[in-house]
Amino acid sequence: MVDLTTKIGALELRNPVMTASGTFGYGLEFQDFVDLGELGGIVVKGTTLYPREGNPYPRMAETASGMLNCVGLQNKGVDYFCEHIYPEVKDLPTNVIVNVSGSTIEDYTECARRIGELERIPAIELNISCPNVRQGGMAFGVTAAGAASVVKAVRKAYPKTLIVKLSPNVTDIAEIARAVEAEGADAVSLINTLMGMAIDAERRRKVLSIGTGGLSGPAVKPVALRMVYQVAKAVRIPVVGLGGIMSATDAVEFLLAGASAVEIGTANFVDPAVSTKIVRGIDEYLARHGFSSVREIVGALEE
Amino acid sequence: MMEKHILDLLVTKVEAPASAFVLLRMRPVEGRMPTCLPGQFAQLRIDAPGVFLRRPISIHDIHDDEISFLVQVVGQGTRWLASLKPGDRVNAVLPLGNGFTIPQPGTNVLLVGGGVGVAPLYFLGRSLKAEGLRPTFLLGARTRDALLCLDAFQALGEVLVTTEDGSLGERGFVTQHSVLVERRFDLVQTCGPTPMMKAVARYAGEQGIPCEVSLENRMACGVGACLCCVQETQEGHKCVCTDGPVFNVDELKW
Repeated sequence: MVDLTTKIGALELRNPVMTASGTFGYGLEFQDFVDLGELGGIVVKGTTLYPREGNPYPRMAETASGMLNCVGLQNKGVDYFCEHIYPEVKDLPTNVIVNVSGSTIEDYTECARRIGELERIPAIELNISCPNVRQGGMAFGVTAAGAASVVKAVRKAYPKTLIVKLSPNVTDIAEIARAVEAEGADAVSLINTLMGMAIDAERRRKVLSIGTGGLSGPAVKPVALRMVYQVAKAVRIPVVGLGGIMSATDAVEFLLAGASAVEIGTANFVDPAVSTKIVRGIDEYLARHGFSSVREIVGALEE
Repeated sequence: MMEKHILDLLVTKVEAPASAFVLLRMRPVEGRMPTCLPGQFAQLRIDAPGVFLRRPISIHDIHDDEISFLVQVVGQGTRWLASLKPGDRVNAVLPLGNGFTIPQPGTNVLLVGGGVGVAPLYFLGRSLKAEGLRPTFLLGARTRDALLCLDAFQALGEVLVTTEDGSLGERGFVTQHSVLVERRFDLVQTCGPTPMMKAVARYAGEQGIPCEVSLENRMACGVGACLCCVQETQEGHKCVCTDGPVFNVDELKW
């Protein structure tokens, strides 16, 4: 029997597989396909202090081995989450982590504080990396000083496990990771989407309503792996790896690169049951290679 | 909410009702076909190079355990679907979305379809007929060769036709058909190109009768998670995949 348990800050996971924000709804949408109790956790849709309508349609373009989106953090706001969604998700048989986003430091802090009052939400993922919102989000995440300032403020307002989601749209992601570690982040997760663009040649138009969007799917996996590897070398806090994971083998690659856990994102759209298949596949990999715990392979690349 | 399933389907029959269209019949490799409603759709997995996401395809009909899809070849994904042969397998997620309203018996229903938009109207028409209604079909296309499955529709009720070139039925668009001024309907249900549906919705608005439209916004997940396929409604952005694809036109900002 292989031990799949792992820890992210104070957060204990029954296995290292979580689902990524914005790709799995509130978990409820996937209950017909997966037993949520088989997952390490689910990171629910990005939540902001005030409701957001998001960007206009069209918001999605399929690309070679992936897709672009510019949803723009559509959500009903933290009040709605607390009153209407929390009661629905609080008894789900897995860790429910809320992705928190904002436009100002005060927004982030207040939203995090409100989520912190919810007994059954053990952690937040602070989204300082959304590429689809003009104000805030990625603006904080692309400089070490900006990232540090948000994390410093949120750390004071939020006592539970604080995961900070990093943007890949930077020159040196390890520098940003070190900056948020220094301000008290319990973990970092990476990568958010890579900024991209799609053009319709026949119509000579941009495909997405705001022109650009975030690229996800297997197309970004090599970039994500490289960044996870670099960040895991640069910080002492746990790293959560994501970016184009489609299979258990992909997930194992991220663990070997130094991630303590992984998130499954865009793959949920292609196979709504993929997340639990990945849990079983990691278990099978570890057994086949004679490991007794998943923690043994974190960063365990052979020279 | 109906339970959603992921299941492998076995292709049993492939027909080509017109150039660039294919009618695929499939049945589950194992077990029974889940119950589906007219207007709902399936997300079909495409095993073709360069295609990453599933393709949302409306349900053309369900009979016992056999499901059929009427597909227009418009890109790589639908080209792969058109290349399927009996014995091939396709992975499907279904049933997805809501369905059309099935009104009380005695309701005079007009079903308006354009192009491949006629696809869900067959399942709808058959369901209406099974409930004792006698729907009128108004189907439009550019030319008679592009009118799909006419014989099948005629078996369900009265079929009126417009073609842009006048090669069959009245010449022009569906919204120019004489039946719209000569007869009174209680409910319009439509699927087709957006400009056509908007014109149909205008007609219904002028007549003061309810109108349901089936939208096909570009979609990723199909289950309300990604928020990519949103439509502007009176209550803000709604997902076509879960709040639709069928909307009462009064909900939309058309």
